[in-house]
Amino acid sequence: MRSCRLRMEAAMNSFEYKQAKDIPEALSLARADGTTTFVAGGTNLLDLWKYNITNPSQLIDINHLTELSEIRLLEDGVLMIGAGVRNAETAYHPIVEQNYPLLSRAILAGASPQIRNMATNGGNLLQRTRCYYFYDHEVPCNKRIPGSGCPAMSGYNRMHAILGTSEHCIAVFPSDMCVALAALDAVVNVTGPEGNRSIAFADFHRLPGDTPHLDNNLKEGELITAIKVPEKGFATNYAYLKLRDRHSYAFALVSVATGLALDGNRILEARIALGGVAHKPWRSLSAEAFLKGREANAENFAGAADLILKEAKGFGHNDFKIKLAKKAIIRNGLMALKPESQLPGAQPSA
Amino acid sequence: MLTKNQAPKRGVDSQSICFTINGRRESISIEPWVSLLDCLRDHLNLTGSKKGCDHGQCGACTIICDGKRILSCLSLAVMKDGAEITTIEGIAKGDELHPLQQAFIDHDAFQCGYCTPGQICSAIGLLKEGKANSRTEVKEMMSGNLCRCGANVGIIDAIMQVKDGGGHE
Amino acid sequence: MGIDKIVGKPISRLEGREKVTGMAKYAAEYQADNLLHGYVVSSPITKGRIIDIDITKVIDIPGVVEVISHKNRPKLAWFDLQYTDMDAPPGTVFKPLYDENILYNGQPIALIIAKDFETARYGSTQIIFKFEEQDFQTVLKDNLTRARPAKKGFATALKPPPPPPTGDFENAFENAAIKVESEFQHGTEHHNPIELFATTTIFEGNGKLTIYDKTQGTINNQLFVANLFGLRYKDVRVLAPFVGGAFGSGLRPQYQLFLCVMAALHLKRNVRVVLDRKQMFSFSHRPPAIQKLRFASDINGRITALGHEVFAETSNFEDYTEPTASWSHRLYAAPNTLFEHHLIPLDVYTPMDMRAPGGSTALHAIECTMDELSYKLKIDPLDLRLINYSDMDPSAEKPYTSKALRACYLEAAEKFGWDKRSPEPGSMARGNKLVGYGMATGIWDAFQFPARVEAMISADGKLILNNATTDIGTGTLTIMTQIAADELGLNIADVDFRYGDSKKPFSMFQGGSATTSSTGVAIVIAARALRKKLVRKAGEMKDSPFKNVAAEQVVFKGGNLLLKEDMKTFISLKEIIAFNAGRPIKTTNMGKPHVLKLRKYSLATHSASFVEVEVDKDLGVVTVTRAVTAVAAGKIINPKTARSQILGSMIWGISKTLHEETIMDARLGKYINANLGEYHIPVHADIGELEVIFTEEKDDLINEIGTKGVGEIGLVAMPAAISNAIYHATGKRINKLPIHFDELF
Repeated sequence: MRSCRLRMEAAMNSFEYKQAKDIPEALSLARADGTTTFVAGGTNLLDLWKYNITNPSQLIDINHLTELSEIRLLEDGVLMIGAGVRNAETAYHPIVEQNYPLLSRAILAGASPQIRNMATNGGNLLQRTRCYYFYDHEVPCNKRIPGSGCPAMSGYNRMHAILGTSEHCIAVFPSDMCVALAALDAVVNVTGPEGNRSIAFADFHRLPGDTPHLDNNLKEGELITAIKVPEKGFATNYAYLKLRDRHSYAFALVSVATGLALDGNRILEARIALGGVAHKPWRSLSAEAFLKGREANAENFAGAADLILKEAKGFGHNDFKIKLAKKAIIRNGLMALKPESQLPGAQPSA
Repeated sequence: MLTKNQAPKRGVDSQSICFTINGRRESISIEPWVSLLDCLRDHLNLTGSKKGCDHGQCGACTIICDGKRILSCLSLAVMKDGAEITTIEGIAKGDELHPLQQAFIDHDAFQCGYCTPGQICSAIGLLKEGKANSRTEVKEMMSGNLCRCGANVGIIDAIMQVKDGGGHE
Repeated sequence: MGIDKIVGKPISRLEGREKVTGMAKYAAEYQADNLLHGYVVSSPITKGRIIDIDITKVIDIPGVVEVISHKNRPKLAWFDLQYTDMDAPPGTVFKPLYDENILYNGQPIALIIAKDFETARYGSTQIIFKFEEQDFQTVLKDNLTRARPAKKGFATALKPPPPPPTGDFENAFENAAIKVESEFQHGTEHHNPIELFATTTIFEGNGKLTIYDKTQGTINNQLFVANLFGLRYKDVRVLAPFVGGAFGSGLRPQYQLFLCVMAALHLKRNVRVVLDRKQMFSFSHRPPAIQKLRFASDINGRITALGHEVFAETSNFEDYTEPTASWSHRLYAAPNTLFEHHLIPLDVYTPMDMRAPGGSTALHAIECTMDELSYKLKIDPLDLRLINYSDMDPSAEKPYTSKALRACYLEAAEKFGWDKRSPEPGSMARGNKLVGYGMATGIWDAFQFPARVEAMISADGKLILNNATTDIGTGTLTIMTQIAADELGLNIADVDFRYGDSKKPFSMFQGGSATTSSTGVAIVIAARALRKKLVRKAGEMKDSPFKNVAAEQVVFKGGNLLLKEDMKTFISLKEIIAFNAGRPIKTTNMGKPHVLKLRKYSLATHSASFVEVEVDKDLGVVTVTRAVTAVAAGKIINPKTARSQILGSMIWGISKTLHEETIMDARLGKYINANLGEYHIPVHADIGELEVIFTEEKDDLINEIGTKGVGEIGLVAMPAAISNAIYHATGKRINKLPIHFDELF
């Protein structure tokens, strides 16, 4: 005989729904008690809501906020991508396709065409982890209920993190788009009750630490308005590779975004970001520094991979990710030398 | 039978929305948490759009909203106020099947038929997008629609035939 | 009969228009006045008992009509009865809401009934249960010491235990020239048809119910409901005109049917209950299994010993078995055999037949072991099969009614280009990809069940047929129409096959690849009787040239009866019915297997699959780039729908080998990937070039139409063929399914 327990009681799952016509109205409608959620695409929100993982008391529909809906080249060559623009529209936008094909590729490797037609760029940044245990409201999870425990650590953790984990959480952040944005040094513009601010992409998402319930550094009531991507788009030598348990419509076990600036075959600048391995898109500046000035070849990509994965740690079922990530970094480096070798669905090159 | 107190209100009223479905204006009063899929199936008796997972994992609920293929299970009906929606029931012109519908029949692109409306709506969206050219690309761009019977070969054959034959808008 | 046979033609599905326009209605899609919606509350614990239920917050929700749990469920006589459905294994059937005991995770523990789906679902979040938990065991490999033989019962007839040993296996294996010993692990799989299980019950009054249900057996479920709720059979009508896939999951009545009917009777209202996707993992699955094989041969490749030991999961309340251990001996002769099937009861729901139950599990192990043997022998894998080819069934020492497996091997090998294979593993490559060729054999039962068909000619000269079978996507409507059209010499437009309704004459549940042979034969028998009646009636007409003419003397063609001797003399079906005062002429007949005659034979379909895979040399990513399957399954009624059946099951083979598995967390006792996002089935991008060959196989012995069934045979050979191709590409034998790509680099 073991312990008795009460079924965990879900909060109200009804909500009020309001449409905001502009940013000030959206911000003013939000309740101060933290139970308001902004909704645009809704693809992850409604999914979580139906699983009783999230229970907002109020939804504010921000689909009609024209301030969020454009993609525009700024005078300094920076591309501003509205938070309300759909993922598909972003991926197929002529400037994105031409100047930031790495971003386009990464977006198109995520979810499905239907979901990409619905999901917005802002929402993409706010996706929650796909950890099995997080998604089951009947079991403990430190991300859902801080202090309740992490069944993934000693459970089935094939999809889980190998980098930046804590004793409280080994969940991974599931986005593909954000892996490219991390590699491209994007900046996130937000607005909120305390005004506007910009957050460097590397600082936007968090590692779990002892606050695994926090995915990112948005403050209560803040709204993402745009993502700014610097002029340097690595449009000549880039590649996105996504490895998963089926060829499409599955979350990454490991993904890699690589952008290279080359002089002949010598690397002037390298960007490598990993997805599927941590609580945020993973970059290693020391690895990128290592590549600077070296030949773009398998041996040097392997050297960079070793630096990136130096601290990697598996939890049993996901041990393979360490070796896989290394091989993926090498292959994707080589693919970046021949971007045309990339296949639909971010499959490994033929 | 249970005895019940005079129950308090759930706190939220239905909201009136209006959209065009298959060319017809529909006005409906609906609670905000009703998905577009349940609205179509339970409130408007348009059961052609299917519920297979209710979580955006199977594609059976795919419809065309303002010209784009989307998942109706992950949309709230209230968010679609003013939208123009086409479901599988609105694909044929009267008795005349859409070329994709005919191609699905000709290529035996379904068995149980349950994923079929979603596959067809998705394929219409795909052809309209014009981004998939090769068979490999079509397969990738149709991968948001699962088929458990394994009619995948027929489905892609049907789409390729219509795509190459130009029998669509 | 007819000169231009419709049987054998690739007719497009007759219900195609309904399916492509969204007009086809499935169980959850029937509207009814004041329909109530039920939402099932599932147990979050795995074993123990409910000690308290608090529903106060639920009943306060506007729109909630009732909450039913074991505490307040209506008293029903059946709870004291030992009732089993047609497909129930030996043991005690699971009874929803019976008492406070929790037998498995996800067990239904309450039903919330409300005015609409969302309110009912909302209600499910507001009910509070208090449980007392007990220790549980849910993982097969942790419980091997608890293995025991299966109990025998009703279902044992169709699923016999393995035969006793022959020869002296241990001695023969020990002393064999060449031997292979291998172990295989298969995970749990769930059927996961895309349509959610659902029932809509129309409360007609006067004790009558009309039930739209997702099922493979309308009569099975009619009997189940009538018995459980003490209703008269004729007052319960179960309809399933369209079934959105089932793959075995609809062979037994599922709990949403029980709960929906209970609620309808209790509330005297129309009720619908639809399960959600997570709940689709709470009843019936393919059991996980561990198989240990020991095969031996002489140095020339002649098999001398076959040993196959199976450890499979069952529940703690029913003993589910599927014939697994003895398949090798139906293919290959061996003087020494040892086959054993052990069950390990766990705290899970009872497993259930899932497309090619037993066979797909077994043949994977058998044909991978054969492949391994071929490498030890340095004999081409195909040659090893041909060396051991047996025209008869060695296990039964009987001839097959027909067996064109040799032709399957040769036709598929040629189409595939097997001769281009270089035998050394890892010796073929294409850019970054290692290329592997693999092949395997398939065998499956050719079942036929009794079935009754009513056939009639209506006033407009059309043929109407009635049978209770379903069409779960297999093409039943189209095929039956073709068979019937030929029997009466009609166009398919003049044949109306009506089905999916328990009110119609008997059909077993639609399983075991048996429907074409079962209902098809009944159609032929009924058509024969109908032809006689029509000729006799024609003979009764004034000055009839058909007076005293035997039915054999008459040709049926184009809606007319023609004298064989004098084809210019004819009379139309319409005229005969008009003469019968417009009343239809009808007959109801039973088709059944020729048990006595067939006792001398073995019955089976066969197949051979040849597969090419590409495996990324660095990253292990696997693609089944192409596959050819040749099938010998007797007569193919409709090559188009039959091809789809084979293609579909080949894709199931890809899925079983590379994708699908339900993950059990041993500490929680529950499946943790109970959704279609993480329970992977292949997407379009996973499917390469697939080809189907129907090998000519004439079978005059098996039944009146020479059919053997095509629903499952396409699946059985694929998992081994893919695994063997992966071995050929990489030199790695991964005997645990599904094979994950990370095991290959």
